[in-house]
Amino acid sequence: MKKIFRLSQFVIVGIVTIMFSITPGFAGPKRGGDYIIPVVQFPPHFNAAIKSGSELATPASRIFVALVQINENWEPEPYLAKSWEISPDGLTYTFHLLEGTTFHDGKPVTSKDVAFSLETTKKNHPFGPYMFGAVDRVETPDKYTAVIKLKQPHPALMIALSMPLMPILPEHVYGEAQGPIRKNPANIMAIGSGAFKVAEYNAGKSYILERFDNFLRPGQPYFDRFIGKKIGSPSSALIAVSRGEIHHLVVGDPRMLAKLKKEKNLFVISRSTSGVGSVNYIEFNLRKEYIKDKRVRQAIAYALDLDFVIQKLHQGMTHRSTGPIHSSSPFYSDQVNQYEYNLEKANQLLDEAGYKRGADGMRFSLDLTYMPVPVIEHEHKMIAEYMKPQLKKIGINIILKAPADFMNWYSTLAKWEHDMSTSNIFMWGDPVIGVHRLFMSTNIKHRVWTNTAGYANKEVDKLLNAAAVERDIEKRKALYAEFQKIIAEDLPLYFTIEDVFHYGFNKELMNIGWEIWGPGYESMYWKNGQAP
Amino acid sequence: MKTILPLLKRIAYSLMLLLAVIVLNFVLVHLAPGDAVTAMVGDMGGATPELIAELRVEYGLDQNLPTQLFKYIAKMVRGDLGISFTHNLPVIDLILEHLPATILLVMTAFFMAILIGTVLGIIAAQRPNSLFNHLITVISLSGYAAPVFWTGLMLLISFSYYFPIFPSFGMETVGFRGTFLEKTFDVLKHLVLPAVTLASIYVAVYSRLARASMLDVLGSDYIRTARSKGLSEKVVVYKHALKNALLPVVTMAGLQFAQLIAGAVVVETVFSWPGIGQLAFNSILRRDQPLLLGILFLSTIMVVVTNLITDFTYRILDPRIK
Repeated sequence: MKKIFRLSQFVIVGIVTIMFSITPGFAGPKRGGDYIIPVVQFPPHFNAAIKSGSELATPASRIFVALVQINENWEPEPYLAKSWEISPDGLTYTFHLLEGTTFHDGKPVTSKDVAFSLETTKKNHPFGPYMFGAVDRVETPDKYTAVIKLKQPHPALMIALSMPLMPILPEHVYGEAQGPIRKNPANIMAIGSGAFKVAEYNAGKSYILERFDNFLRPGQPYFDRFIGKKIGSPSSALIAVSRGEIHHLVVGDPRMLAKLKKEKNLFVISRSTSGVGSVNYIEFNLRKEYIKDKRVRQAIAYALDLDFVIQKLHQGMTHRSTGPIHSSSPFYSDQVNQYEYNLEKANQLLDEAGYKRGADGMRFSLDLTYMPVPVIEHEHKMIAEYMKPQLKKIGINIILKAPADFMNWYSTLAKWEHDMSTSNIFMWGDPVIGVHRLFMSTNIKHRVWTNTAGYANKEVDKLLNAAAVERDIEKRKALYAEFQKIIAEDLPLYFTIEDVFHYGFNKELMNIGWEIWGPGYESMYWKNGQAP
Repeated sequence: MKTILPLLKRIAYSLMLLLAVIVLNFVLVHLAPGDAVTAMVGDMGGATPELIAELRVEYGLDQNLPTQLFKYIAKMVRGDLGISFTHNLPVIDLILEHLPATILLVMTAFFMAILIGTVLGIIAAQRPNSLFNHLITVISLSGYAAPVFWTGLMLLISFSYYFPIFPSFGMETVGFRGTFLEKTFDVLKHLVLPAVTLASIYVAVYSRLARASMLDVLGSDYIRTARSKGLSEKVVVYKHALKNALLPVVTMAGLQFAQLIAGAVVVETVFSWPGIGQLAFNSILRRDQPLLLGILFLSTIMVVVTNLITDFTYRILDPRIK
């Protein structure tokens, strides 16, 4: 079935190509020009096998290829691997690599490099254990065949094998013979086999990537250079993109979006970049007085009018979230208690719990802090500021503790000192990679983005462990649906909103490709073959 | 000997001051919650406990504070500022790479402010009650009163957006291909707005100071003598009065140089000017202790050296000072 699908794809592509080539005036994508992106956080290097983060993912996905690419329907597509087979028991994945592909230094890409890359990522990447913990070994029967053997089924494998999660690194550059990988100078002057190669790196200022002529997709990429330039303030970024000094800008702030939309030489694409899957939540520290009572947490949820937050405070720029799994994921389920705004019910729950109002009308006090991060900080601050007067209505006195900076917030949560905090997490493609870490009772750690709430539920542990290895997608969906229901009921974290990112692109850009991780720059080109 | 001894004394004091600053900085930086490893882990999106422990050992953060301090000073004495945690590059290289941008910006603004400020002040002093005098007062004081980031943004919106004359950010067009002359011109174009912004605060200071001290000097006896000798007004003002009137300006300039560097942090952020200020700002956010300490150390040296220079300039301008 899969083969027929692929065959039909080829036929369609063929027909379309022929049609275009006989249509007069159509010359195909134009080659040439620079593409300049704004860099808010400057990447310390480009080696995506040892670090995660979106500021690194964008250039690293240009420099390195992966075995597969995930399309917007969550299906794996060929990239370095031209085809693959999966054994019936789901424990053996055989990948056939494209032949004749080379790294930027001219050396061939072989299955040995694939095996090396997987080992390196497993050992060094922050999500390594989640992504490749199930991998037993990688066999390389010949130069162009890589066989991944699993200890147990691992449905998230294909996503973990895509960029930016597992870059194909040349072993002769990053291998153990070259010393410890964290100190390898090629982390900066990276050598991959992606569409662009590193030409210049000026720490903290700018980087320049140049077109790689021997890229595995003939013809691509179309830009001569892909340039990242550090930009400090959002206001100057807005001016820079309208002047064409940079060629796109991502915003999350309603006022910025309004301005972006006014610019005549830009067009705006609003996506929630499903692969990243950014969701926001209120974390409850379950060790704390009052909060450890489920009814208190539910009362807080009922007391918040999220429609008001989304429509009025965020001016319709965000979406409602109903649980830890991003709504674009196949495993998302909305069959959960959604806590429709209901002050009466909230008061009733607190009364039942036995927390009577005092003489001043207050029942008790709780601390609240929020996550200070660039681009979406205003969302977190707004929710926190909204919660104070709102929870007063049900007799909870909120002491708002504004964090000095990110590290300040981080250490509060890592020490479990908070009562409540807003936070945000990325799903990174599959719940196994991004979601499990927040709920597994085995992952209660003194680190942010682990189970800092201190939630321990054997039922949830069991469901998640089962979902991690379940190969039948329907059964896996059912497991996650049950999990989402329990979380919405227990409310260790209350999921509030999903971020939408707004990309303002220069009008002269053509053929903007989209992957689950964001724009795909390899297929993009300038209308006139050069930046305006 | 008479001139060398105070000089040596001053240098010795300066060295002691430097040591005190290093220790103080070190303690202050380590008092902030979270270390570089937690920052890095946050940055990476989480990490395994093994990796965290490994990183702590790698960066020497597993040792206690006095040991770390001692090792740090021992390294400093050898001229080694350490390796930046976030960039994985020697701190000295990073600083040297970002320093020219800051020096260019600060020096341009510094001399722009002194020159414009003094000239305006002197002109104003000659006609203390004219409309021109009041105009200068209003303009320079608004420049002084306005927050520097606001001035920056207003200039940015005016001359980069509505009248797109100057580029909006950075120090050069990245990947610009051209001759040396074209490249210099490119940098100059980028320099105008940040330098004017930074200078705007200090023009007021210098013009008010120059005006006041000029008025003071013009009222003194020796000027009256000069005038009664029949010297022209020009000679009286520029030859006799100016040198004395400049003394307070020089003092102030020396004192303000340190503040100028502080102001540069804000200007560099507004215009994404790739200098030390931006580097310092990011190193604070990421708890990159070696880098931050290196920058603080360097700024201390710069301030100490400027103060020394001010001291000696003073002696040249006014031989009475010993």
